[in-house]
Amino acid sequence: MNKTKIQFLTSLVIPWLLLGCQQVTKTTEISKSVSSTEQAAEANLRATGDLGLVIERATGKVQIVNHSGQQSLAQIDGLGDLSHASIVYSRDQRFGFVFGRDGGLTKVDLLTSKIDKRVIQSGNSIGGAISQDGKFVAVSNYTPGGVKIFATDTLELVANIPATELPDHPRNKDGSIKRSKVVGLVDAPGQKFIFSLFDSHEIWIADLSQYGLSEEKVKITKYTDIGLNPYDALISPDGRFYIAGLFGEDGMALVDLWSLDKGVKRILGNYGKGEKKLPVYKMPHLEGWAIAGNYAYVPAVGLHQVLIIDTNTWQQVGAIDVHGQPVFVMAQPDNRQIWVNFAYPLNDTIQVIDSKSQTLAKTLTPGPGVLHMEFTPRGEHVWMSVRDSDEIQIYNSQNFELLKTLPAESPSGIFFTNRAHQIGL
Amino acid sequence: MKNITLLLACCCFVASLNFNSVMAAPSKYVNQTAEPTPSAKASSAALSKQRKNDLLHLVKQDCGSCHGMTLKGGLGPALLPADLVNKPEYFLTITILEGRPGTAMPPWKDILSEQEAQWIAEQLLQGLDHEQN
Repeated sequence: MNKTKIQFLTSLVIPWLLLGCQQVTKTTEISKSVSSTEQAAEANLRATGDLGLVIERATGKVQIVNHSGQQSLAQIDGLGDLSHASIVYSRDQRFGFVFGRDGGLTKVDLLTSKIDKRVIQSGNSIGGAISQDGKFVAVSNYTPGGVKIFATDTLELVANIPATELPDHPRNKDGSIKRSKVVGLVDAPGQKFIFSLFDSHEIWIADLSQYGLSEEKVKITKYTDIGLNPYDALISPDGRFYIAGLFGEDGMALVDLWSLDKGVKRILGNYGKGEKKLPVYKMPHLEGWAIAGNYAYVPAVGLHQVLIIDTNTWQQVGAIDVHGQPVFVMAQPDNRQIWVNFAYPLNDTIQVIDSKSQTLAKTLTPGPGVLHMEFTPRGEHVWMSVRDSDEIQIYNSQNFELLKTLPAESPSGIFFTNRAHQIGL
Repeated sequence: MKNITLLLACCCFVASLNFNSVMAAPSKYVNQTAEPTPSAKASSAALSKQRKNDLLHLVKQDCGSCHGMTLKGGLGPALLPADLVNKPEYFLTITILEGRPGTAMPPWKDILSEQEAQWIAEQLLQGLDHEQN
């Protein structure tokens, strides 16, 4: 190495030292390590606890956002069809697993803003979950109906759980017998995944706790005749109660995971009895758990109401008339208020329910296509995706003031990394 | 009711015309969703270009929440031309307007007119513009 070259390299190094970059120690290796050191320095300086991903559904992209600085950090392309997409996070909050409509499972690195791995695991999928120990992600599929489980580090398939066959339905294009679509997949304590079968009216529990012993050790428990057409499901934050909403009839199906032998309990069987059902232009989503005190709040199906359930008795104790068919009914983290968005054609509005008085506290109109809401971890702000105006709106959850908007192309789901440590999310 | 029967008969005829023209030049229609075919023009002359754009937005975004934004299916069945080969246009129009009782498909007649539903059925049979594919 000649003298001028060393001088040149030294001139590169000095600014790094001034910036406090302590990793540049070996001058002899500088020439090849500058760029990687730079990467490492940047990577080390980005924490992920206040980051999130926003789905841009029309273009197959996700944005990395920071909810402390309320800014967009990066955009990642190439995630396929995200027209219905959801995300779970690795427990180190570094990786997001994006479940796309086209069966794509994409592992996104929030440190490097790159796709780490991506597989197309089915023809058509709806969502997924991450296991209690963080080692597996499960994906629920429509075509072919079933659940596939992958190792989180490699995205290698480790177990395939085909759903119940439907011999009476028209066959798939390839001539194979159709299987039930799978919805409402969540993780549960004890290395379990729980999911519902839309067409065969079942709830299944896959137990992976013995998985390490042999590939055949995924134990499946099946509950049949749980009610017609479960469309989605949720699990309580303590992982005890799994509740599937029914589309084909009134009510919900509840499994108490502390008393599996008791089977499925039907609840809310009589809501809306005698009332004319309104068209449902978009299926409600049961994500998270809107619970405050002893009450749970869930969307009615075919009625413009939020139903109130007493969680001690699982009886309906009330209903709150709202603007339209509820889609998401979400409690803010302190449970003080419950936020509701609505199905087409009333999807320009958000209503906020006061959980103390159980009455409407506020009606907001962010604009057509408010598809999703996400709270900051302690709930001072709520982010909303407003699809048709191509923006994310950030509100103060206490005084409802619009604080900021961020551009996003046709945004849908917003997912912050604090979900990594919450059962069922 | 008589009107509907008459409409159905017309639709059948229009559907067969469209089907033939699509078969003749399948790629021609990929980028022409805003411009109706001659047969479609005759049956939906009163729909403004703006309304047609709104309807296409509705199909992609809102029908798309069950059928997929690219209409490859989801909770509801796929609605690409290849999936609709044996489905006459009047069947699609009536399904849009009346829904399918016993399934998640709602009736759209409170939101869409017969003419609009028929235009959507035509577009589905022809295939929408799929930028992503």
